[in-house]
Amino acid sequence: MIQVDISREIKRYNGLEELSFKADIASAAITQISGPSGSGKTTLLRIIAGLVKPGRGLIIADGLTWLDTENNINLPTQLRNVGFVFQDYALFPNMTVEQHLNYGIKDADFVERLLALGRMESFRNQKPLHLSGGQQQRLSILRALSTNPRLILMDEPFSALDRKLKDELIPELKAFFTEMKTTCLIVSHHPLELEGIASQVLEL
Amino acid sequence: MFEMIDLSPIWLSLRLALITTLILLLIGIPVAYWLSRKSSWIKLVVEALITMPLVLPPSVLGFYLLLAFSPTNGPGKWLHEHFDIQLVFSFEGLVIASIIYSLPFMISPVKSAFAHLPVSISEASYTMGKSKTQTFFKILIPNIRGSILTAAVLTFAHTLGEFGVVLMIGGNIPDHTKVASIAIYDAVEQMDYASANCYSLILFAITFIIVIAVFVFNKRAAKSPFE
Repeated sequence: MIQVDISREIKRYNGLEELSFKADIASAAITQISGPSGSGKTTLLRIIAGLVKPGRGLIIADGLTWLDTENNINLPTQLRNVGFVFQDYALFPNMTVEQHLNYGIKDADFVERLLALGRMESFRNQKPLHLSGGQQQRLSILRALSTNPRLILMDEPFSALDRKLKDELIPELKAFFTEMKTTCLIVSHHPLELEGIASQVLEL
Repeated sequence: MFEMIDLSPIWLSLRLALITTLILLLIGIPVAYWLSRKSSWIKLVVEALITMPLVLPPSVLGFYLLLAFSPTNGPGKWLHEHFDIQLVFSFEGLVIASIIYSLPFMISPVKSAFAHLPVSISEASYTMGKSKTQTFFKILIPNIRGSILTAAVLTFAHTLGEFGVVLMIGGNIPDHTKVASIAIYDAVEQMDYASANCYSLILFAITFIIVIAVFVFNKRAAKSPFE
């Protein structure tokens, strides 16, 4: 289980506002976080990943303290073993699809499996510039999985995928997460996108 | 045509430009990265100082460097007394002056390239367990290589064409400080226009070839949206 109890001031167009979030997130399950635009969903994911430090907070993941502002504990991102699917994909322009995955893990079989999962085998030698938006988004998901993370944080991960691809990919991802016992936290605007997939839905 | 001139000023200029560029690559890239991160008052002052050679007359910079390098003053005196190093009228002095004079040509393009890279690509690398150093060399540097090459060429070409600072610090000592730009000035003063023309043509050709090479490289390699 991942215990999250954080608060941070976030900038809004009309001034500063307090982002507060407290929840117990089930391990090895998919949790959806939804909320209106600007409610701090992305900031929450960034705080959990250790990319942003909150004013006050406590994050305990499977018994290990990642963040405890009272006791000045803040585990670096590199040691949290999280995968992150960025909303802007954040792909590396200098790397091909295969190099992206090899950057996370040096295991040819696992890389092949990821390529098959994302239907990206035929694009293995392409750089991001030559991929469509949907392909880039899939690569972003596969890259986040390449380190075999304990927790994967996904920020609007299916927004550029067409209905058909989404219907194929989401159940396969779910099976993959179940097999790898990965905890998954997905931020999505669409409340129905993960209906029947997410075991927990949290509102922000 | 070229047999009639002494080519040593050309070689000296090329040597000076190459050494200056290599040293500035080592110093400039980390400084540019540091400047491209969160701004602060210290960074503002440092950046302003680095940019000064762009706007200062070379003779002003050369004059202050001459004072600083002088064996009777400040750092020059200290170097002379403790290490028996004399920077004024020496090739080493020219190298240090060129490094200071060409700083903005290396740092500004590289800093701008770092600043244009989305922060999220570094963050993506961190979430993959990579350290800041690994991220710097495997993600950031390869994605700004076009800008680094441009900066290196600008530095090289600028050093090759230096005149004012070089004249103030180095004077006109054959084989030591008489670089191509000084040789041109020297030849013109002696009404030897043929030699001046030869030196000028060689400098023009070298610079033109380098600039063309960069354009060709950037056309092929700069396919990244960030370059």
